[in-house]
Amino acid sequence: MEFSAFVFYFFATVLILAGLGVITARNPVYAALFLVLAFFSAGGIWLLLSAEFLAIVLVMVYVGAVMVLFLFVVMMLDIDFASLREGFWKYLPVGAVVGALIAIEMGLVLTKGFAGKPMPAAAATITSQTTPIKCETNICELGRVLYTDYVYPFELAALLLLVAMIAAVTLTLRRRSGAYAEKYISPEAQIAARPEDRMMLVKMASEKEAPEEPVAPAGAEGQ
Amino acid sequence: MEAIKQTLKDLLEPLLGQLGFDVTWALITIFALLLPLLGCVAYMTYFERKVIGAIQLRVGPNRVGPLGLLQPIADALKLLFKEVIIPSGANKALFILGPILAIAPSLAAWAVIPVGEGMAVANINAGLLFVVAIISIEVYGVIIAGWASNSKYAFLGAMRATAQMVSYEISLGFALICVLLISSSLNLTDIVMQQGTGRFADMGIGFLSWNWLPLLPMFVIYFISGIAETNRAPFDVVEGESEIVAGHMVEYSGMAFALFFLAEYANMILVSVMTTILFLGGWLSPVGFLPDGFHWLALKTAFFLFVFLWVRATFPRFRYDHVMRLGWKVFVPITLVWVVVVAVWMMTPWSIWPIKG
Repeated sequence: MEFSAFVFYFFATVLILAGLGVITARNPVYAALFLVLAFFSAGGIWLLLSAEFLAIVLVMVYVGAVMVLFLFVVMMLDIDFASLREGFWKYLPVGAVVGALIAIEMGLVLTKGFAGKPMPAAAATITSQTTPIKCETNICELGRVLYTDYVYPFELAALLLLVAMIAAVTLTLRRRSGAYAEKYISPEAQIAARPEDRMMLVKMASEKEAPEEPVAPAGAEGQ
Repeated sequence: MEAIKQTLKDLLEPLLGQLGFDVTWALITIFALLLPLLGCVAYMTYFERKVIGAIQLRVGPNRVGPLGLLQPIADALKLLFKEVIIPSGANKALFILGPILAIAPSLAAWAVIPVGEGMAVANINAGLLFVVAIISIEVYGVIIAGWASNSKYAFLGAMRATAQMVSYEISLGFALICVLLISSSLNLTDIVMQQGTGRFADMGIGFLSWNWLPLLPMFVIYFISGIAETNRAPFDVVEGESEIVAGHMVEYSGMAFALFFLAEYANMILVSVMTTILFLGGWLSPVGFLPDGFHWLALKTAFFLFVFLWVRATFPRFRYDHVMRLGWKVFVPITLVWVVVVAVWMMTPWSIWPIKG
C-alpha cells in the first residue's frame, strides 16, 4: 500500500469515528471535542490533496474560533439534555429520510463528479481567463482566482458576513439601566480622566505665623 | 544543512529505505530543535527571576549551583516527583488532557520556524498561516483544564482566558496580513529574505529595510497582542493571583502544572521569535559588513524576551474590561485601517515593495 493511501485511511477512520462520537457522546463537552477531532482529520485529508490553504483555514476558523464558542455555550449554559434526547423514536423516520437523501446526493456528486479524476498535483494550475499571473503555490492560485474571475461573488459573500456581524452586534447591544447606569463608568471615561479634573492643587500663604524655633536650653541635652 | 542531509542520506538510505530515511531525518531535525528549545524554556524561568530580581533590587535565585544556575533543574526535579492530585469532582480524562493540549500546540508551532536560511523542520508554503492556526488552538488547553477542574476559580479563569485570547488573535492576524502583503509570501524564510532586499540593504544598513520601519504601528501592536495572547503580565487577568488565585491552573499540581508553565514560556519564546522573523529580519545582520547567522536571531529574540520581563516588572495588571477595550476598540480598528493603508500604498507609484507573481 502506498504511504499516502495509508495516511488517507488513517485520517478517514479517525474522522468517521469522531463523527460517530459527536452524535453518540452523552456529555455535550465530549461531543464538541469530538467535532474538533473531526475537523482536524478533515484538515489532514485536505492536506493530502495539496489544498494546504483550505486545510489550515479549516483548523483556524472552525477549530480556533467556532468550536471555542461552541464549547463556551455548552459549558456555560445549563441545558437540560435529558429533555433534548426525548422523542428519539418519534423523530427517527424523518431523520432517516433526510439522512438517506443527503447520502444519495453526496454519492451522486462523488461518483459523477470526481470518479476517475487524477489526484491534483502539488501546484494545481487553474486556468484563469483574465490575468496572466504565474503562480507556484496553492494560496497564490486561490487568491488570483478569488480576486479576478470570482471577485463579485467573493465581495458579495464578504458583504453578507459584514451584515451578519453588524446584526449580531446590534442584537446583543444593551444599554445599562437603573442602578447599574449610575454606577457604571465606561473604561473610556476612566482612561480619559486626568489628575487635574479630580484634584486641584492650590498654592497659598500659610494662615498662621510659624512658631519661633524653640531654642533648646543650654545644658538640657543628655538629661 | 543540505550537506548534512545528503551525507546522512548516502549513509542511511541503503539500510532504511526511502520512507525509513525520511522518518529518521524528520526525527533528527525535531530533536535538534526541541531539545535546545526546552533547555531555553527551563533557563527562561531562571532569566526571569534574575531580571525581575535586578529590577526590584533583589538578588534572585543564588543558592543552587554557582550563581543559582542549577535552580531550573532543581525546580523541574521537584515538580517531577510531586504527586499529581486529581480533584474528586473533576472529569479525569479531560483533566489530564488539558495540560497536554496546552503544551502540544506551543511546541508544534516550532515546526515551521526557520532558525537560519533553509533551517526549518518543515519549510512549507503556508508557514505563517500554520503558525496562526496553531496559536488559535492554544486556547483549548486552558478552556478544557478550566472546565474539567470542577472549580469556580478555574472556570472563571478559563472563561476570561478564552475571551482574551480569541480577541487578541484578531489584531494579531491583521498585523500579520500587513506583513504578508508586503512580502507577497506566507513562507517564513521568504519573509525574512525579502527584508534583506531594498535600497537600505544595498547601502549596507540593512536594519532600515526590515519590516519594522514601514510597519511600525503593526510591529508595536503585534508585540503587545503577543503579550496578551500568551497571558503574560500586564495582561495576566487569566491567572490573576489576587483575584482568581491562578485561574485554570489552580487545581493542578506536580508535572501537570509544570506543563502549563512550560507552555507559557515556550509561547513567550515563540512570540519573540515570530516578532524577530516578521519585523526584525530574522537571522539577517543589521549592517552589511557583518555576516548573517543564527546568532542574530538569538540576540534579537533574547531582547524581546527581556522586554517581556521588563514589561512584567513595570506595569500593574490591567482590569478585565480595560483589556477587552484595548483589544477591540483600539487595536482592531488601527490594524484594520493599516491593512488598507498598506494595500493602497503598494498600488501607488511610491510603493517600496516589488509585487511578485
